[in-house]
Amino acid sequence: MHELGIVQGTLDLAISTAQKSGAREIHLVRMRVGALAGVVPDSMTFAFEALRKGTMADKATLEIEEIPAVYWCEKCAVEFQVEDWNRECPKCSQPSAELLRGRDLELTSMEVS
Amino acid sequence: MCDECGCGLPLEVSINGTPGSQVPSPFTGAASGAGQGHTHDHAHAHEHEGGAVHSHSHEDGHTHEESSEQGHSHNSIHSHNEPHEHPHAVLTLNQPVLDQNDRLAERNRGYFKAKKLLVINVLSSPGAGKTTLLQKTIAHLGKRLRTGVIVGDLETDNDAKRLRATGAPAIQITTGTVCHLDAEMVSKAMSQLDLDHLDLLVIENVGNLVCPASYDLGEDLRIVLHSVTEGEDKPLKYPPIFSNAHVVILSKMDLAAATEFRRDEALANIRRLAPQARIFELSSKTGSGMDEWCDFLIQKHQDVGNK
Repeated sequence: MHELGIVQGTLDLAISTAQKSGAREIHLVRMRVGALAGVVPDSMTFAFEALRKGTMADKATLEIEEIPAVYWCEKCAVEFQVEDWNRECPKCSQPSAELLRGRDLELTSMEVS
Repeated sequence: MCDECGCGLPLEVSINGTPGSQVPSPFTGAASGAGQGHTHDHAHAHEHEGGAVHSHSHEDGHTHEESSEQGHSHNSIHSHNEPHEHPHAVLTLNQPVLDQNDRLAERNRGYFKAKKLLVINVLSSPGAGKTTLLQKTIAHLGKRLRTGVIVGDLETDNDAKRLRATGAPAIQITTGTVCHLDAEMVSKAMSQLDLDHLDLLVIENVGNLVCPASYDLGEDLRIVLHSVTEGEDKPLKYPPIFSNAHVVILSKMDLAAATEFRRDEALANIRRLAPQARIFELSSKTGSGMDEWCDFLIQKHQDVGNK
């Protein structure tokens, strides 16, 4: 929902990290984005292409690893993956309160030279 | 500006009638934008898969020469394993990225924590009864919790006036056309309150069930009001705001019979979207449910740490 701000923050972090390592150019930025992170990967890519201009990431590609939302059902002791906002356990149909993963929003790694 | 609906560009936010740009926040300076203002003074060439060779010259003129087509990219299919003139180094970070608002919200949260304040962010659609509930809550708490309010609306300080009538300090944020409060507005507004002499800070958000869901203000608890006049399926229609709620309050319970409100269905919908949420059913008008709600706030304040 706020892809522009998030991508700008990511790019700032990538550039400052690359500069500290002595790199001169960023070629690839990898992110991990959860299904419930509240961002749309396509919009992230669009924002990245707009914001990278004139920076050391001018030619860089953004690679997004999408992480599905996975909940834990305590009663059935199972993990289950969900679509959208439904968080009902497929075995017992009770909603789970424990999200195991799916809110990730991380800059995982990048390739520089 | 709100990224959801694009509102809020032309007008300035004001804090108790003073333009926001003239109101200080307790924090000095803005979050730094790292990586800005750097220069390129290098030139190099390298070869990619498929033989596309391009060279960069990033001197003053900032020119690009490429033998490959525009739109050259390192996409996921592209392999970086073949020999390069200079190999790419991989830097591993695994670092969460937050946008500007989240950073400011974390700063607010730390500040609130240091002041041992319980901070609640009260959210609902317009007219669900936020201000009335807060008036009654402040009165019901009495001296048990010293309460201050930051209230957001697009225009007017009507709500702040209503809240000040309870004796509590209230700061009005008028957002112009912005449909939510953000962490920076709150940091400016809180500088107008004597937080050292408060136990509970209530942030009454702009009446809106969509955009405020995405803006962390640094609060301890997100309280969503759902009045019985809105129907039983509100949580299903607006999942993000309910799914992150710590507390859901069914308000205007005195009207439940008149509106033929199906309580069981509403509770089931809330529990489906927000199984983690504590649910209160209350009426600001009759006072039913107020004891339980106020006891909850007092307990939560004790959890934060007594002064």
